[in-house]
Amino acid sequence: MIKDKNYLLNISERILNKAKKLGATDASVVVTNSISEDINYRNKKIDGSTRSENLGANLTTYFGKKKSSLTTSNLREDVLDGLVEKCFEATKITPEDELNSLPEKELHFKGIKELDLFDKTQLDNKDKVNYLKEAEEIAFSDPKIVNTNGSGFSQNKSNFVLANSNGFSDGYESSQFTAYCEVVSKENGSMERDYEYSSKRFFSDLLSPKIIGENASRFAIRKLNPKKIKSEKMTVVFDKRISKNILSVFSNAISSSVIAKGTTFLKGKENSQIFNKNVNIVDKSDIKRANGSKYFDKEGVRVDELDLVKDGVLKNLLVDTYNGKKINKRSNGRCGGTSNLFFKKGNKSFNELINSKQRILYINETIGHGTNLITGDYSVGASGQIIENGEFKYPVSEITIAGNFNEIFKNLILADDLELNYSTNSPTMLVEGITVGGI
Amino acid sequence: MSKFFENSDLDINKAENIVSSTLNKCDDGELYLENSKSEAIILDDHKIKSSNFTTDVGYGFRAITGDVVAYSHSNDISENSLKNSSANLKSTLSVNKGSYDHQIKKTNQKFYKEIDPIDNKSMDSKIKLLNEINNYARSIDNSVKQVTANFLGEKKDIEILRSGGELLKDSRPLVRINVSIMLEKNGRKETGIYGIGGRQSYDEYLKNDNWKSICDESFRIANTNLQSKPSPAGEMKVVLGPGWPAILIHEAIGHGLEGDFNRKKTSAFHNLVGQKVASDGVTIIDDGTLDSRRGSLNIDDEGTPTEKTVLIENGVLKNFMQDRLNARLMKTKSTGNGRRESYKHIVMPRMRNTIMLSGNNTQEEMIKSVDKGIFAVSFGGGQVDITSGKFVFNCTEAYEIVNGKIGAPLKGATLIGDGPSSLKEVAMVGNDMMLDPGIGTCGKAGQGVPVGVGQPSLLINKMTVGGTQI
Repeated sequence: MIKDKNYLLNISERILNKAKKLGATDASVVVTNSISEDINYRNKKIDGSTRSENLGANLTTYFGKKKSSLTTSNLREDVLDGLVEKCFEATKITPEDELNSLPEKELHFKGIKELDLFDKTQLDNKDKVNYLKEAEEIAFSDPKIVNTNGSGFSQNKSNFVLANSNGFSDGYESSQFTAYCEVVSKENGSMERDYEYSSKRFFSDLLSPKIIGENASRFAIRKLNPKKIKSEKMTVVFDKRISKNILSVFSNAISSSVIAKGTTFLKGKENSQIFNKNVNIVDKSDIKRANGSKYFDKEGVRVDELDLVKDGVLKNLLVDTYNGKKINKRSNGRCGGTSNLFFKKGNKSFNELINSKQRILYINETIGHGTNLITGDYSVGASGQIIENGEFKYPVSEITIAGNFNEIFKNLILADDLELNYSTNSPTMLVEGITVGGI
Repeated sequence: MSKFFENSDLDINKAENIVSSTLNKCDDGELYLENSKSEAIILDDHKIKSSNFTTDVGYGFRAITGDVVAYSHSNDISENSLKNSSANLKSTLSVNKGSYDHQIKKTNQKFYKEIDPIDNKSMDSKIKLLNEINNYARSIDNSVKQVTANFLGEKKDIEILRSGGELLKDSRPLVRINVSIMLEKNGRKETGIYGIGGRQSYDEYLKNDNWKSICDESFRIANTNLQSKPSPAGEMKVVLGPGWPAILIHEAIGHGLEGDFNRKKTSAFHNLVGQKVASDGVTIIDDGTLDSRRGSLNIDDEGTPTEKTVLIENGVLKNFMQDRLNARLMKTKSTGNGRRESYKHIVMPRMRNTIMLSGNNTQEEMIKSVDKGIFAVSFGGGQVDITSGKFVFNCTEAYEIVNGKIGAPLKGATLIGDGPSSLKEVAMVGNDMMLDPGIGTCGKAGQGVPVGVGQPSLLINKMTVGGTQI
């Protein structure tokens, strides 16, 4: 069982009191507890199990405008007092930064809305094994699936409290159930792997093992016997698996920390048209049961719904207290990032999108970390399928795709197939003029 | 003597009883105890942006029967917690008929000193030096617009208690110093990043004003990139510089030679031991015994002494890298590659310092032999798909080669290739083997461990370069 709120509150109070007694002018603390129970399954039997239990605290002490922090997993009373002292000693010798402070009190979360983030369901090994067994059996029903990299099921329950010396003190329980299946296909000496996964706060919201198994199998098989293609500029359609990563690049590029430092290609673009006028981006924190939903951000600031892009124009940045001061903005509760972030759906169907050009490169996997946030340059390895006249023709691999996000953002066209399955979500996306590197 | 049971209701005998009674019908397993502390002091935008100190103590209790691994970890080192873990392990391994192998090789070898890099340099002097770095870096040129510098230090003490009471210990220091500089000129921005580190004190790496050369190098890379032009796209010849570009070897070949992927037959190399997998002259080793290097270990995280393992010798595949589990299932010996990020993570076969040895060619010869290609000097991140063998890398410093001469710097070049086939495309192996500066962290299944790499200059006959120019 995870620790209850009172248990965590007691620890947070003890730490805050000790910090105050030592002379800290302000302090904040997060106390977290989590228990995760995972099963790995491979070739019709359990491959392993892991039970993880974590209890820890993260403390920040202030002395005027000086600040430093300490993280510990050792919460024994005798040790803890010493650690608070150590943290405060370090604070006193850290240089001042006039922007250091707790968040404004009036921005603290005070609501009582219910987001439904905790599922009491407690699964035992047998339940998890049954789920994975079904997924694997379905994946293996096609003879082209010859091996497995394993499948896994994880149940995670956690609880935390955040408290600061300005009177904020709150926390909540949450749960996460995750299942994945990764299989290997083989044909004529070509060997490929692919996977499907699902991760939800409620067990009953997970994809069924049947769908997980079918998708993993289908994805691994469609990659078999890939061709290499010539280098050329092409129209690319990004599968939803990939288009959501492009949305993440956007959110990383509008965080107040990179805007304040000038280390982003979107600096100075506020209130400018950066997408075409059909593009709208929303960050919505209060969707019941959703993966990204939260009551408050890492500083305790309330997280209101935010229109980031409206009719293609950048309307809001992601602002925390410290970096907000650098750019004269109040926190909008985005310390730690976005909540449920998504492109609103576009007005073309998936079929219209893939029929809009005679020849299209459909990308469903990228590898590498080829995004330069400062310049917006993008270059990654990729694999996918060639679509001709709306039909999937053959797989391609060992290619690169490259472009610049300033251009990609301006040109992208969205389908109407948005689903809110993750904390960052996008419909299928079409972009013209991407440079494809091949032979 | 163990120092983990002070102030606990456990002592070594009680702990050993629980361990032995849990593991006596298992094939393998141990109680892994870890006490680590780490610091991160970061200067950013003229200010000490954060100073964070972390202390973490806990255990991981592992039981293995056949190929099934049960693991339970907690940061509560108490009798009650350990007994709960024991029950949890037994519930997974319901059929127990293993035979525990009590033999484990011992060693007194030490490849780094037992020091505490965090305490042996005062906080004050670290902050002072970060400020000096900031001032110096900004004084190099007025195009310098942003400087980030950090000190990352760690000390990790581990103890491994095996069934029968054998206790193995290691104490591992680790530091890293990084500088990142952003330049802006004529509306264009570029960054350069450079760092050094390993298993010694900060001062070992900082002596002789060495920090100035970190700043200079970081500036040089950024300044080169300011003059870069868009990279070509397509298949061409590639010359790799010595040192850090060996992460390409690490990703493209190293991961495919880890025991787990080969035992499961999901690696492209799984049935190729004894066969020619690379060009003549290509010899690759994985060496945990280099003095104070980032990937060196005295013992691995299962207690096996570290060693120098030959992976590929003159083009022929010789050995995989093994932990105890995969070695036992493949009927061979552990090579001391059993590693884990922390007590919160299971052991897997992981690389240490992976190195391609020198050959006979000079870098000059290689460049001269290329009509059209690229010269890749440094890489950012890389990634590999073990099953298909495909890997990808992003160049952070690269130049075009035209008619045997190094030309303009290139921006945004990505290299993509196929591990097994690019090994056979190695046309020349340089005589200039160099180790990396000590900055690598390898990620696998969500776990990061410090590693080293090294290689001489290499000429690869063809690889696909991803750029925007066709």
